[in-house]
Amino acid sequence: MIDPGKAVKETPPEKPAPPKPGKLIGAAIFGLAFGYLLQKGGVAKYNVLLGALLLEDWTVAKIMLTAIVVGMVGVFTLHHFARVNLHLVPTRLGAQSVGGILFGVGFALIAYCPGTGAAALGQGSWDVLFGMAGLIIGSYLFAEMSGFLKRTVETWGEKGKVMLPDILRIPRGVFLPGFALLLLGILYALQAFTVR
Amino acid sequence: MNWFLFFLTLFTPSVALAASDPALDPLSYDAGAWSPYVVGAGIGVLSWLTFYFSDKAIGASSFYAAVAGGIGKAVAPKHTMRLDYYKKHPPHLDWSVVFVTCTILGGFIAAWTGGEFRNEWLHPMWVARFGDSIPLRAGVAMGGGVLMAFGARLAGGCTSGHGISGTMQLSVGSWVAFFSFFAGGVATAFALFRL
Repeated sequence: MIDPGKAVKETPPEKPAPPKPGKLIGAAIFGLAFGYLLQKGGVAKYNVLLGALLLEDWTVAKIMLTAIVVGMVGVFTLHHFARVNLHLVPTRLGAQSVGGILFGVGFALIAYCPGTGAAALGQGSWDVLFGMAGLIIGSYLFAEMSGFLKRTVETWGEKGKVMLPDILRIPRGVFLPGFALLLLGILYALQAFTVR
Repeated sequence: MNWFLFFLTLFTPSVALAASDPALDPLSYDAGAWSPYVVGAGIGVLSWLTFYFSDKAIGASSFYAAVAGGIGKAVAPKHTMRLDYYKKHPPHLDWSVVFVTCTILGGFIAAWTGGEFRNEWLHPMWVARFGDSIPLRAGVAMGGGVLMAFGARLAGGCTSGHGISGTMQLSVGSWVAFFSFFAGGVATAFALFRL
């Protein structure tokens, strides 16, 4: 469904072998930057994250939508010129809606999510440690049930690696700028109508 | 001021529900130090870099699965490596483990240099609603963590992997997950703080 860029081969399957040290240096630098940005954005704070779910603090929405617009324009431009591979997770409507809602319930209970929680730990919000213990237990619990889930929930509404322009039958080159403008419009409205 | 609040709560029930007690109002606490647009653009540019230099999309939840697998491998190696998920994703010190470990460090550097290091077990907004019992917070956060990780693995990603990286690639499933995250989260947050 997804055409690779002109010179880029299909994304190779995840190799089980440990990655080269050079790759891990990149991971370290990018991880540092990610944590730094999350904390500066305020999304490592309990009140900002809970405020997002109480629909009072729109910081999270502003950060996510801006990241999506900027990231989308850059990643698709790089992909067009065959400089990067896309990394889409296959669409599984059942697993993504059920799993997504479970995730959301957990999100309100911890208030931190897996990435912002890491930044919150660095920030000295120690309650996230309990949440992290739960995240580790929950991950193992999922692995315990992964054989069963793969045969059941994960087969519901399985669509493969599909993108919004595919299902809407709009050429990607038309959809992208339109969608970027739509997201910018939402950001503009958020800025105009929200307190924070 | 108290009288004003009293009449406000009498005549506007919705305000009474939302913010009669400033301690329960998320807007009475600190926002981010930087503009959300600067931070969002920074994360967007960071994704260009991870795609280009690491051939990876930003994601966080697989870190916890790798740690869980590492512990499982130490305690019950045969059983752990027989599980479907770990057959496909053998736990080792991979890109996501280093990335999230350094996210903790990045958060620390930002908080410390910005004078925002909190060093606290309970946030005042939680205390205002649920009291200052650490075991209660521990139980709720741990239960939330179990649900969150299970949900993330089932959905195939978290607020980073789906919410930012997947949505920016226009993945249908990531947009479904993104809206499901907030549907579950908003409903639960209102039940916790506004009922």
